[in-house]
Amino acid sequence: MAELLQFISSGLTVGAIYALVALGFTLIYKASDIINFAQGEFVMLGGMTTVFVAMAGVPLPLAALIAVVATTATGLALHRFAIEPARGASPVVLIMITIGASIFLRGVAQIVFDRRFHSLPPLLGADPIQLGGAAILPQSLVVLASATAIVTLLWLFVDRTLLGKAVIATAANRLAARLIGVDTRRVVALSFGISAAIGAVAGILITPIALTSYDAGTLLALKGFAAAMLGGIGSAAGAVVGGVLIGLMEAFAAGYVSSNYKDAVAFLIILVVLISIPQGLFGRAKVERV
Amino acid sequence: MLSVENVRSAYGRIEVLHGVTLHVDAGEIVTLIGANGAGKTTLMHAISGVQPVTDGTMKFEGRSIGQLSAHARVEAGISQVPEGRQVFEPLSVKDNLRLGAWRRRSADLRQDLAHVIELFPMLEAFMEKPAGTLSGGQQQMLAIGRALMAKPRLLLLDEPSMGLAPKLVDQVLAVIRSLKDEGLTILLVEQNAGAALAIADRAYVLETGKVTLSGAAADIHRDRRVQEAYLGI
Repeated sequence: MAELLQFISSGLTVGAIYALVALGFTLIYKASDIINFAQGEFVMLGGMTTVFVAMAGVPLPLAALIAVVATTATGLALHRFAIEPARGASPVVLIMITIGASIFLRGVAQIVFDRRFHSLPPLLGADPIQLGGAAILPQSLVVLASATAIVTLLWLFVDRTLLGKAVIATAANRLAARLIGVDTRRVVALSFGISAAIGAVAGILITPIALTSYDAGTLLALKGFAAAMLGGIGSAAGAVVGGVLIGLMEAFAAGYVSSNYKDAVAFLIILVVLISIPQGLFGRAKVERV
Repeated sequence: MLSVENVRSAYGRIEVLHGVTLHVDAGEIVTLIGANGAGKTTLMHAISGVQPVTDGTMKFEGRSIGQLSAHARVEAGISQVPEGRQVFEPLSVKDNLRLGAWRRRSADLRQDLAHVIELFPMLEAFMEKPAGTLSGGQQQMLAIGRALMAKPRLLLLDEPSMGLAPKLVDQVLAVIRSLKDEGLTILLVEQNAGAALAIADRAYVLETGKVTLSGAAADIHRDRRVQEAYLGI
């Protein structure tokens, strides 16, 4: 029982991070049909920038804020200088551009930062909380609370603001959105900015638990992508559920099977989803109207 | 009010508009009739700025609009009701209408919403429902209402009667006529040539990317070739 509780708590924690990464994928995909494979680098930039700004003597909360702003700026720059000039190209070309951007950002991080692993002090201290025999890290609670807050804010944004509705409108019907006067380029830019910000926050939250390095984004991106696929690409609720499910399955695989196979879980899920439920749990099969 | 001169447009290397020239004067209903694939929708898209133009000029109220982005043209006073309605299905009817006024979102929209409901009373009961759950006719009313929320001076209507039951077609035509009475200028694309000619002041016939005939709607209606090709007489 204590064991199960332990696995659940660690599964939920990483699952929340995967959910945030998956949300980043979803947001950009909805607005532009692009799968942004540089999403993981946003996560890495969030963690690494915080580490290095904090090392320079800036207080941690301020360093985290600087990291989020810098990563958001990177996301906007990626859109402005790499995606926007290729406007009109097929989604496959745009996806390849994001893969290139991902490699580029990793390379730059290697030079600007370094090639070592880094950590951050946890926000609420490192002493585990004992709960039913399981030891829960206070940082886990910070991760869960922050992820919940981000999901809620995002939901309020799309459900309660007209700008959010313009984003939904653009996702639902880009031509009609342009015809009513929505500047869809700005909507896509906005989706890159928000996705980058969410990725950065995820990166800052996970660093005290999982360490970070210049190439930490690759694996996180793949797992977030698996989560988005499992939930149904393009579905925000699916991204959250998919992320949590993958986190839990990973924790169970690591606990009950072997931690060597932990990382294989996400890939196994991608395969199973592609073969048996390509539209994902929450996705709708695309219906072409003639 | 609108003048289109020698406009050419292509999809990739295939040119579909081979130099179209037409004009719409203030207060008129002008209709553009033609077969499938004649380029009617392409021309509408070109006027709205969502389809690139390779040659020619377009002027709206004396001002060149060829270089303006799609959203700037909405701001300038040109709204389009696209073919196939294209409402935002996941959003509520009310949100669809509010988004119609996106370029003037700081304005007080209550009066405009009330005006749209006055034109289409059937929408009122569905205000909070997702637009995707509406019937085809209701979606068409919503699409027109959404375009009106931008307070256009020129309304482009692309096949508003397509796929509608005859009774609803009459209703849509009645609305178009009442919009004209309110002073709106309308460019109407229709396959239902008989209905379009009945309410239009002037008409253009578009065939494979070129205007082949133009004149007063009544004259076009009497034209032998038009009767054979489009009116089935």
